[in-house]
Amino acid sequence: MSTLTGCIQGIGVLGPGLADWSAARAVLAREQPYLAAATVLPPPAVLPAAERRRAGRVIRLALAVGAEALGAATAASGVADYARLLPTVFTSSGGDGDNCHELCVTLASGDRQISPTRFHNSVHNAAAGYWSIAYGCTRPSTSLCAGDASFAAGLLEALAQLAGGTPAVLLLAYDANYPQPLYARRPIPDAFGIALLLVSADSGAGLPQLEVTLSSAPAAPMEQAALESLRASIPAARGLPLLERLAQRRAGTVVLDYLDSATMAVGVQP
Amino acid sequence: MMRSTPMSPLALTHFTATSCLGKGLAATRAALQQSRSGLSPCCFETVQLATYIGEVEGLDAVEMPPQLQRFDCRNNRLAHLALMQDGFDAAVRSAIARFGPDRIGVYLGTSTSGILTTEIAYRHLDPLTGALPDGFDYKGTHNSFSVADYVGRLYGLAGPAVALCTACSSSAKVFAAAQRMIGAGQIDAAIVGGVDSLCLTTLYGFHSLQLTSPEPCRPFDATRDGLSIGEAAAFALLERAPADTDPAAILLLGAGESSDAYHMSSPHPDGAGARTAMHDALTAAGLAPGDVDYINLHGTGTPSNDSAESRAVLGLFGDATPCSSTKGATGHALGAAGALEAVICALALESGLMPGGLNVRQRDPQLALNYLTQNERAPLQRVLSNSFGFGGANCALLFGRAA
Repeated sequence: MSTLTGCIQGIGVLGPGLADWSAARAVLAREQPYLAAATVLPPPAVLPAAERRRAGRVIRLALAVGAEALGAATAASGVADYARLLPTVFTSSGGDGDNCHELCVTLASGDRQISPTRFHNSVHNAAAGYWSIAYGCTRPSTSLCAGDASFAAGLLEALAQLAGGTPAVLLLAYDANYPQPLYARRPIPDAFGIALLLVSADSGAGLPQLEVTLSSAPAAPMEQAALESLRASIPAARGLPLLERLAQRRAGTVVLDYLDSATMAVGVQP
Repeated sequence: MMRSTPMSPLALTHFTATSCLGKGLAATRAALQQSRSGLSPCCFETVQLATYIGEVEGLDAVEMPPQLQRFDCRNNRLAHLALMQDGFDAAVRSAIARFGPDRIGVYLGTSTSGILTTEIAYRHLDPLTGALPDGFDYKGTHNSFSVADYVGRLYGLAGPAVALCTACSSSAKVFAAAQRMIGAGQIDAAIVGGVDSLCLTTLYGFHSLQLTSPEPCRPFDATRDGLSIGEAAAFALLERAPADTDPAAILLLGAGESSDAYHMSSPHPDGAGARTAMHDALTAAGLAPGDVDYINLHGTGTPSNDSAESRAVLGLFGDATPCSSTKGATGHALGAAGALEAVICALALESGLMPGGLNVRQRDPQLALNYLTQNERAPLQRVLSNSFGFGGANCALLFGRAA
C-alpha cells in the first residue's frame, strides 16, 4: 500500500493528568513524572452565550484541543482567523455519553418529551457543529466513528484530504466517559482528546513529518504503565504512542491500534 | 474564470436500496414510476405520536449470520437485508476476488446506529443495581461504528472501515470520503452507503423540535408542516472508471461539502452553505450549472429547509432546472437519505425518469423552482443530489452517465 504523508504544525492534548501539549510533552519525554488527575475541561469561551450553555463535555473537550493545536501555529490573536479557514476532521468513538444517557432515561420513562437541545446535541457531529458556529467556519467538516479505531480512522481521513490537494486540515480526536449504566459496558475512564493541525508535506518544511500505511505489525504499548492504561482504555488515546515519539524527537516507525484486521504504521521524522 | 482539473470519475458498478418503497431496485423503480408513497401512519414499537413514517417491512424476520449474532439489532438487520438484494452481495465478493480484501474500504453513513436496542434496554434496567440487561452488546449494536464493522466482518474485509456521522448528510459524504481514499491510492474499491432505522430518539426528537408532520410530508407545498421519518439502507460499490467504461455506466462526477456555521438544527435562511456545496460539486466535476439536467432536492418538507434550499438552488441554477424531492415517497431516511437518493439519481440516469414530488396540494409560490409534481421523462446526462444535516453539514453529489 502506498503511503500517506503530512506534517504536524500544531498539537493539542487534554486528558487525565495531561493539561495541555506542553505538560504532556514533558511527561512523554520523561522530563516530568506522570501524575494522575481527573481531566479538567475549560469553559467554551469561544462560543456565543446561548451555545455555551448547551455545550456538553465532549464539545468543550474538542473545542479546547482544537484551539490549542491552532495556537501552536499562530499567535493567540490569530486562532480564530486560522480556524475560520480550516477544513476539519472530527473523530470520536461515542460522542456525548451524558446526553445519550439522559435521552435514553427520558425515552424509557412515562413522559417521553425530550428536550430539543438534547436531541440536536445527540448527533455525532455536534462538536463539529459547535466548532463551525464558534469560528464562523464554513469549510468542509466530517465527523467519523470507528469505535476503538477512531483515532487512526481520523488520521487516515485527514491525510487523504491532504493527498487530494487540501493544504491544511485540523484533526480532532476526542472521547469522554459515559455515566452508568452505559459506563459498565463501555468503561472509558475519563475525557481525553488529541488535535493535530496537519499540513501537506510540500508546505511543512522543518515540521515533524508523518508517513502512514496500514500494517499487520502489533501496536506498540506506551513505555509508562499509567499512560498505557490510558491508551488501552480511551479510543482517542490510541494516538498517544505517536505523541510519545514526537515528544522524544525520535525518528522511526510507531504502530498504532486501528481495526482488528489491520494496524497503522506511522513513520515519524521529528 | 479558472477551472480546476476535474476529479477522475468513479463508477457505481453496483447499487441497491431498501426503504419503505420495498426491497431492492425493482420495487423502488416500480414505486417511483407509479408515484406511490411508502409512508403510513406511525404505529412503530410503543411510539405514540400522530405522524407518518416510512417503515421497512419484515425486519423482525431477518436472520443474521450465526458468527455475527452480537451485531443483531434493527439497524444491522436492515443493512443485511439490503445487501442481499440485487446481487449486491455477489458483486462485493467479486470485487474482493479482483482486488483483495485489504484493497476495499467500507464507508457507511448512519445517524442513530442501533440506538433502538439501548432505548429498549433502558426500560429493563436491573431494579436493584440499575445495570443494563445481560444481553446488551454496546459494541455490536449501540456504537455508531457497528454497521460498518458488521459489513466489514460479513465480507472479511481488511481495508479501511469507518462510519461517517454528520446526521442527515452522513451517507452523501461517504461518497466524497471514499473518493478521496481511492484517489489517494489507498484502496481500489469501496462499499459506500447509508443505513438508518426507526428509533424513539429521532421520532420523539424531531417531534420535540416541532418538525414532524401529522400527515405524509409535503415537500414544497405552500402549507407544508414538517417531515416524515423513514428508514432505509442503500449501498453502492465505487470503483475507478476504466477508460473504456460502458456508456451506460453511472459515474460519480463530483462532490461538494460545506458547513453552515449558523445553527445546530436550523439551516442558514439563505442556504449559503447549501449553495457552496452545490457549487463545489460542479467545480470538482469541471461543470457549469447549465450542465445539470435534474436535481434531487434534500426537500424534507419542513418550512425552513425547503425555503433555504430553494433560495440556494435558485441563486445558482435559476428557475429552469427540473427538480423534486422524493421524501414524500420514502420519508426522510436521515443518515441513509444521501445514499438512498444517490441510488434514486442512478435510477433516474438509467431510465430518464425524473420522479415527481408527491403529496403537493398547492405549490408554494415563494419557492420559485421548476419543481416537478408529476413524473417526467427526458434523456438525463447529469443529475445532482442534495443532502443537508444538523450541525450545518452540507453535501452535494453530482452523478452522470459515462456517455
